[in-house]
Amino acid sequence: MKQVLEFEKPVLKLRDEIDELKRKQASKPSPAIAIEISKLEARLIELQKDINSNLNPWQRVQIARHTQRPFMLDYVKLICSEFVELHGDRHIGDDNAMPAGFAMWGDKRVLVVGHQKGRDTKENLLRNFGSAHPEGYRKAMRLMRLADKFQIPIVTLIDTPGAFPGIGAEERNIAEAIAYNLREMMLLKTPIIAVVIGEGGSGGALGIGIADRVLLMENAYYSVISPEGCAAILWKHREHAPEAASALKLSAQDLKQLGIIDGIVPEPLGGAHHDHLEAATNLKQAVLDALAELESLPHDQLLDQRYQKFRKFGEFTEG
Amino acid sequence: MGFFKKRSVDDLGEKKRDMPEGLWTKCPSCAESLYESALARNQRVCANCGHHFTQSAPERIAALCDEGSFEELDAKLDSVNALGFKGYLDKVKAYQEKTGLGEAVVTGRGNIEGQPVLLAVMDFRFLGASMGSVVGEKITRAIETATKERKPVIVFSASGGARMHEGILSLMQMAKTSGALARHSEAGLGYISVLTHPTTGGVTASYATLGDVILAEPKCMIGFAGPRVVKETTHADLPPGFQTAEFMMEHGLVDLIVQRKDMRSTLAKLIGYMSKTKVAA
Repeated sequence: MKQVLEFEKPVLKLRDEIDELKRKQASKPSPAIAIEISKLEARLIELQKDINSNLNPWQRVQIARHTQRPFMLDYVKLICSEFVELHGDRHIGDDNAMPAGFAMWGDKRVLVVGHQKGRDTKENLLRNFGSAHPEGYRKAMRLMRLADKFQIPIVTLIDTPGAFPGIGAEERNIAEAIAYNLREMMLLKTPIIAVVIGEGGSGGALGIGIADRVLLMENAYYSVISPEGCAAILWKHREHAPEAASALKLSAQDLKQLGIIDGIVPEPLGGAHHDHLEAATNLKQAVLDALAELESLPHDQLLDQRYQKFRKFGEFTEG
Repeated sequence: MGFFKKRSVDDLGEKKRDMPEGLWTKCPSCAESLYESALARNQRVCANCGHHFTQSAPERIAALCDEGSFEELDAKLDSVNALGFKGYLDKVKAYQEKTGLGEAVVTGRGNIEGQPVLLAVMDFRFLGASMGSVVGEKITRAIETATKERKPVIVFSASGGARMHEGILSLMQMAKTSGALARHSEAGLGYISVLTHPTTGGVTASYATLGDVILAEPKCMIGFAGPRVVKETTHADLPPGFQTAEFMMEHGLVDLIVQRKDMRSTLAKLIGYMSKTKVAA
């Protein structure tokens, strides 16, 4: 079933009206209906622009989680002319929440790795709702090392509510799997571009998020804790998630202002779920632009800039 | 991850420790009543059953370092309210008054049995030793100083996780500290991580599990997600001893469980192996 967000209902209603008129027009054309259609279409754009410019952080979180939003493999399909998926961490197993493989991004050879969510129950069972186990992070590191070996740039597409907080994940040291990536990604001698395409959920996001350029899709979010989790702790109830979403400064604009991210990838009007192709086209270009900036940098400079980029994060006084 | 426990600080803070009238403390493990002064002399370990009480950073440093050798660094770093989180700085201030500390970690140079190290000790009493900008910065600076001075670094962790009042800035402290450890390791220097009760969330998922050697205090809780979260997610009964030091050692995360009374000598021994030339004592 198609997911409908509360604040998008007026848009969908207007769309239905337009579709209805178009059907009428098709069966019995009339100039009056044609005029009406163009009027309503203009109104639709205005309405979408209006909603879009007034989105609050909580509404953006809902868009970031929309089930019709393009997921990692949707982007790969739309952007890459070739994708050779590679599996497994060589120790325990393969994690379907974290696909990875070599790909042609435009005319560039890259390694793509990211979180993959599912649209229905069956897919979500396979993808574990985009929450990776330790094996996912270890597979990612194995393949990123391979990319490093052949001087292939790395593109990570982040979309996770968080790393999986399960018994097996704890037993196989999920925390260490993430920590290890944080340290080792600092040392990979190849350009890394990380893009949060949907949910940037805490350590699970950061575990493939150490990069030379960190971008966010316009309606994606990146946060230390989910708004619901924060609300449950500080407001004592998950119902306060909208307030928590504002307080956490997790939206693309806020993160840009805080200097955490390097750029915002524009989404089609209303959000990426309205037009996958346009979203993918914008993402493709943003990554190509970032790659062009990084490709010519000598390794020591690349690594130094990467270190300094994360080194500077934090605000404090020194009396 | 901001896995705070609502009750944690009060549970382990002065209130309980000081009752009644600061003379006696009841051991939560064996229920023995312990003289507060005797408990302090015994490094806050129950003489009856060996239960390790929470130790403050100053107590720990005093027990670990050669007398008079500890020189604190960056004591004046103070938190700011970068996100404008309601009531945040009042909270920090309250914990500063309560603990006498500036923040949730104390860092500095010190000697352990004559061997110079950089030391960082987290204090769980301070806002659940959550990691915000100041904690991340102090630990990063300690690691960077160790790299520059070609010394080993030792971090005693205890934490509820990343500090959510500083949002994404807290998350980025994981990247910052891990980056500093990457450089320290590349320089051929040693890092010992000591896990104490409880070490969870973003601290576990960054420097705490990156030790060349990882030690843990007996029975301390170590985890990524808190047990409540794991239980709610999996709808399953947790295995016995789940997320204890002993459990984590069985699952290959922890090198060695060390009693508090043996911590100083164990660290000294290990540091001896973490240089290119081992000098016979």
